Amino acid sequence: DLMRHIGPFAGDTPGPDNSLSFLHLNVNKRGVTLNIGTKSGQSILAELVRDTDVVVESFRPGVLPALGFSYDALRAINPKIVLTSISNFGQTGPYRDLPASEIVLYGMGHAMFGTGQPDAEPASMAPRVNLQFAGQTAAVATMAAVLRQQSSGEGEWIDCSIMEAFTSSVDRRAISLTAYDYTGEKMVRMASVQGISAPPPFNPCADGYFHMTVGIVWWDTFVAAVNEDFLRDGRFTPPLQDPLLREEFDAFWIPWCMDRTKREIVQIFQAKGLPAAPVNTIADLVEDPHLQVRGFFRQLAHATAGPALYAGLPFQMHGTPGEMRAAAPRLGEHNAEVFGALGYTVDDLQVLSATGAI
Amino acid sequence: MALPLEGIRVLDLGVVLAGPQAALLLADLGAEVIRVESTQYFPPQTRGIFAHPTKEAIMASIPSAGGYPNREAGERPWNRFPWFNTTARNKKSMTVDLKKQRGQEIFRKLAAISDVLLTNQSPGSLEGFGLGYDDLRRVNPRLVYVGASSFGSSGPYASYKALGLQMEAYAGHDLLRRYRDRDVSSNTWAVTADAAGAMSMALAAQMALFSRAKTGRGQYIDVSMVENFVGLLGHAVLDYTMNDRVPDSLGNRDYAAIQGCYPCAGEDRWLVLTLGDDAAWQAFCRVAGNPAGCDDPRFATASGRYRAHDEIDAIISAWTRGRPREEAVNCLRAKGIMAGPVMDDADAMADPHLAARGYFVEVEQADTGLHRYPGFPYRFHNTPLEVRLAPVGLGEHNEYVYKTLLGVSDAEYAELEAEGHIGTEFAPHIR
Repeated sequence: DLMRHIGPFAGDTPGPDNSLSFLHLNVNKRGVTLNIGTKSGQSILAELVRDTDVVVESFRPGVLPALGFSYDALRAINPKIVLTSISNFGQTGPYRDLPASEIVLYGMGHAMFGTGQPDAEPASMAPRVNLQFAGQTAAVATMAAVLRQQSSGEGEWIDCSIMEAFTSSVDRRAISLTAYDYTGEKMVRMASVQGISAPPPFNPCADGYFHMTVGIVWWDTFVAAVNEDFLRDGRFTPPLQDPLLREEFDAFWIPWCMDRTKREIVQIFQAKGLPAAPVNTIADLVEDPHLQVRGFFRQLAHATAGPALYAGLPFQMHGTPGEMRAAAPRLGEHNAEVFGALGYTVDDLQVLSATGAI
Repeated sequence: MALPLEGIRVLDLGVVLAGPQAALLLADLGAEVIRVESTQYFPPQTRGIFAHPTKEAIMASIPSAGGYPNREAGERPWNRFPWFNTTARNKKSMTVDLKKQRGQEIFRKLAAISDVLLTNQSPGSLEGFGLGYDDLRRVNPRLVYVGASSFGSSGPYASYKALGLQMEAYAGHDLLRRYRDRDVSSNTWAVTADAAGAMSMALAAQMALFSRAKTGRGQYIDVSMVENFVGLLGHAVLDYTMNDRVPDSLGNRDYAAIQGCYPCAGEDRWLVLTLGDDAAWQAFCRVAGNPAGCDDPRFATASGRYRAHDEIDAIISAWTRGRPREEAVNCLRAKGIMAGPVMDDADAMADPHLAARGYFVEVEQADTGLHRYPGFPYRFHNTPLEVRLAPVGLGEHNEYVYKTLLGVSDAEYAELEAEGHIGTEFAPHIR
């Protein structure tokens, strides 16, 4: 897995067991090494596939078939197998073999053109966010095929194109495409309402920023929450277009915010039912009182990267609760266990290791 | 061959984006999805900004919010809203007034013959109508009940209100995606957390169905949209908990490679590229005709190049700026460099790859006519997904749901119509 070699790394030390994304994405998994370019590697993979429900792969299209593991070959071994193939552009089409990174896929497939300010270059999202979103998309499809496998015993081959996962995202792109077809108008980068709206969405305060949505809908709630006569005379009701009034508003509002922390302010507004949130750093998040009460972050110990808090499960299933059972596997950590279960002895494994199969 | 979720009935109580999108995923996969709506209440940002938006309101809105076909509200604007119609195919719609006792009774009967309920309505609202999980499991212990909310159903912020924008801020995403040279207030809106939340709602529903096939029991699933989203920033969390570093935004940059978004010839034309290793950098230099300064000894290693990212950006921009986007991208790709155009909506609709894969779907709907929509996010080899139903109109399937599914008589149906439960238009008092 290439991800083992991509930073950032635990302790800023590159190494196959230190990649933070690898550590995050492989919790609860076992890990083996298998060189499927070798004959014995291929025969071990075939043995594994015989008793497997799902194969998820993200090789370049065509690589797995060339090694003898096309969907047809896999289902000849195990007719109920679900094969989920994730690739940049899908298993077919003119872009199939083009090289791409996350930002290239984001630029082509997602809402990048309309993200950012009109006087600057289009902007992407935080790194890895959208690749993981594509992974979530593939998991939805895989689980549907698993349900059909459970009820009918039949298998499936799913072709997940990351570009198409992005283009189907309701984070603006899919919607703006429908709107484009309805109107002929495309999504463009627009100046934010920061300078137009009072109070603006992002507000500096004593320890950073908080974000709120007020506008005309929540104006009365806002005035009640701030609870200062200054705001009550109706002069500042949105839209606040007079620049002098805006200055007057800011002269009151900015010091009010700077006197308080983001959590204090958010509490004041949420108590009245106004949508507001702290603009958190990752440190704020890990120390967030709400997430602590929910027990979201979980401690896991990894043999080389050490113990640390990890982002927890994406949802809580009350009938069948999930758990964070184990940190990500070290390279080849479960070779003996997994291949042993197939009947390979310690001596066999030594031979396989010496020949480069595992 | 049967679609994967054929025979599964889903009640879609979704509002705004995440709930409706989660239900769409299950609908596309073959479930019978019934939207449970009301003619007496207009949920914000779901079937429109208003039930009857004025021309001024439509014209003042960005296309995704004001983009009714030809910017006209039409007779039934709620069936013409692009935001809604994007997630409304393959679904049915019924109306019922859940604020009335009779409506609650009807809903309980419907829940009794359904498999999954998806909701992202504000925490406590369904519970207030006696329609929470604890109420419904009495009428249907096999029911899978997926409740999504901004902060989850427990903890000090359980009742906090948040739009998608606040979820992004809270989850840490805003600070990790701002321009490197501007503060966070220059961020434009994004609703990544809603898109990701929809995926988890649909995944969790299916996992619970898998478990139900073994145990015979349904269950309640608590989806906290912010927790789900923090999972997408998991490596940044570990950077803090393992390395004691508070991660900052990289803008369009990568952690180690040279990466960015560069201007091309013409108005607002851009390309993105990543130069991952020495070979990619050398390939770029050859493509660009070994521009002045590219042989700087500091650029011989990845870390040296990364330290001089600004200078390298200037070299790249100097080459891209004079070239048409497609020409520049093609030159780069020919040398195996990861590069692509920043595609706007028009580019996507005309993209030859998406066309060759038949990605976009053409659908005719009574209130909007024939239009092209984004298609399915994945392909199923054995059971191809298809558009079975056009974006659903309000109450379009009332007859089917009330008469066929619930066995309501013609006389009772007329009574429910008169009481305001059944209808295909919003009540006159709704703006």
